[in-house]
Amino acid sequence: MSTSKTKNAAQASAKDNAEDFLRMYRQMVRIRTFEDNANQLYLSAKMPGLTHMYSGEEAVAVGICEALKVTDKITSTHRGHGHCVAKGADFKEMFCELLGKEEGYCRGKGGSMHIADQSNGNLGANAIVGGSMGIATGAAFTAKLLGKDDVTVCFFGDGATAQGLMYEVMNMAALWNLPIIYACENNGYSEYTKTAEIAAGSITGRAEAFGIEAHTVDGQDVLAVNSLTEQLVERCRKGEGPFFIELMTYRYHGHHVGDINREYYRSKDEEKDWRENKDPITRFARHLTSEGIATEEELEAMQAEIKADATAAVEYALKAKYPDASEVDMHVYAA
Amino acid sequence: MREITLSQAVNEALAEEMRRDETVFIIGEDVAEAGTPFKVLSGLVEEFGTARVVDTPIAEPGFMGIAVGAAMTGSRPVVDLMFGDFIFLIMDQLCNQAAKTHYMSGGKLSVPLVLRTNLGATRRSAAQHSQSLHALVAHIPGLKVALPSSAYEAKGLMKTAIRDNNPVVIFEDKLMYQEKAGVPDEEYLIPFGVANVKREGTDITLIATSSMVQVAEKAAEILAAEGISAEVIDPRTIVPLDEATLIKSVKKTSRAIVIDEGHQSYGVTSEIASRLNEKAFYHLDAPVLRMGAMDVPVPFSPALEDLTVPTPEGVAANARKLVAGEMLDGEMIHAA
Repeated sequence: MSTSKTKNAAQASAKDNAEDFLRMYRQMVRIRTFEDNANQLYLSAKMPGLTHMYSGEEAVAVGICEALKVTDKITSTHRGHGHCVAKGADFKEMFCELLGKEEGYCRGKGGSMHIADQSNGNLGANAIVGGSMGIATGAAFTAKLLGKDDVTVCFFGDGATAQGLMYEVMNMAALWNLPIIYACENNGYSEYTKTAEIAAGSITGRAEAFGIEAHTVDGQDVLAVNSLTEQLVERCRKGEGPFFIELMTYRYHGHHVGDINREYYRSKDEEKDWRENKDPITRFARHLTSEGIATEEELEAMQAEIKADATAAVEYALKAKYPDASEVDMHVYAA
Repeated sequence: MREITLSQAVNEALAEEMRRDETVFIIGEDVAEAGTPFKVLSGLVEEFGTARVVDTPIAEPGFMGIAVGAAMTGSRPVVDLMFGDFIFLIMDQLCNQAAKTHYMSGGKLSVPLVLRTNLGATRRSAAQHSQSLHALVAHIPGLKVALPSSAYEAKGLMKTAIRDNNPVVIFEDKLMYQEKAGVPDEEYLIPFGVANVKREGTDITLIATSSMVQVAEKAAEILAAEGISAEVIDPRTIVPLDEATLIKSVKKTSRAIVIDEGHQSYGVTSEIASRLNEKAFYHLDAPVLRMGAMDVPVPFSPALEDLTVPTPEGVAANARKLVAGEMLDGEMIHAA
């Protein structure tokens, strides 16, 4: 495992980066706010089906996606709202999709677990754990084949490291030097089971076995995640890929919104500790205020503005129309 | 017209499409210098290089997944799956990912890829290298399925498949790679969903796919000698299926046998027979008969294996009974 860094974002001039930092903060708050609203939609029985909350992991998606260009690709997971927002998606289309409405990103045909936003390079969330690892590697293959400098980030959880597909595609990515970063969001739980019970050995060791340079980073520190990702993205563009990052993080909610009584696998004390002492948004807010980049009032105003945006988007989505019945057999085949 | 083998026809189709479109590439096991165990791809790596004729490790789900992602981002992969039996290994990538991406994204993403693989028993390869599994994928909305019955179809369907914006699975009969057929020098494409009436007849319709087209044609010869006029139709693609041509023929002949090398139960023969039943019932003089492969794993011993697939004699015997209006007993609804 390497922890070397050529640039330490935290030490860089705060004033020079003020705009970037505030955008990162805004994106993290947008994810948290989106999820709070999505959770409410579920609890108030206004959302069909269920969903998997990203809250607690915001620094991972934002730190990584802020290092990418719009043309760079990502693949996402069943816990994918954070990736979608961080890669540039709008609340309105996202809430419409969660509610199965025509104006959703996928015209209501995908829902929470399949949101794709190809205009921003998001190739889609995937409801098969580990199912997108081939897709991400294939996107990187296209970049190499067609001589584009696009980089692909493959998001997946610690649970997906148990899937065989990961080893097959990492092997090929390493053999062919593909411009891809495998981003393992290690939130400590594979559904309702502790990661320690499903993963033998080290997570980064899996990538290193293929000769892939692997890093472990604090996934609650958006600047650390962003700084590392920027370096790796740059190196991917120069043909030095692939890379692997294990991001240590935590999901505040259960496996999905309906996983309420979860003390049989996770204690309330543990959850409380992460929320109170390791929250990525609170932590970054402290950094912004202590560095004089923003005042607490300014951050609160930003939060309020985002909250209002989300409320308006939810209202819009609740009233938006469902797809017409004629759409049911539309898009089975491409023209 | 010149005659070339089915293997050469596939090779020509790939070479022509790769020259035409630089986003087309081939990916699979031993596709480059080895040109596959059946030597279908020989010479392609010499022309197009290893960047576009890509040898992979033995990792079918992995390279299938890579092809899906490549197709979603602007490439047109042709995946080489060495044996049709290995399709079980790639089912998630093919059926959960490739087949559903266009629909799940509300039409925003598409997966223009071709999966080339094969089918067919009687090569003495036993149960894991002899299956005809096209019905499995034909069941999944979002996939198209082509079954070439000769070198001519193999070339024209492959070119159409590569230009299609959907995942297309092409099953070639591995026993036909060295069989020759007339293939024009000039370029041609065979549209999907257009059946080919191979032989016209008036007493019974034999609907047959892939290698079973030859079986049906031989059966028609046997029947002709006895004064029974059989029409032979090759659907060429089972998804999309040219239902209209099949129904029109059956309304004319009033009898039909559907012959396909997949297992008979829950298979292609069942699907086509059922559609004829629904849409041509009042024109029928006899039940539509299914003749698929026996519902057994393909056995190794030649003495057993040859019993499992339909033969010209078996088809002719069943046709004779249908035309005579005789009841069919249980044993006749199986192969041979």
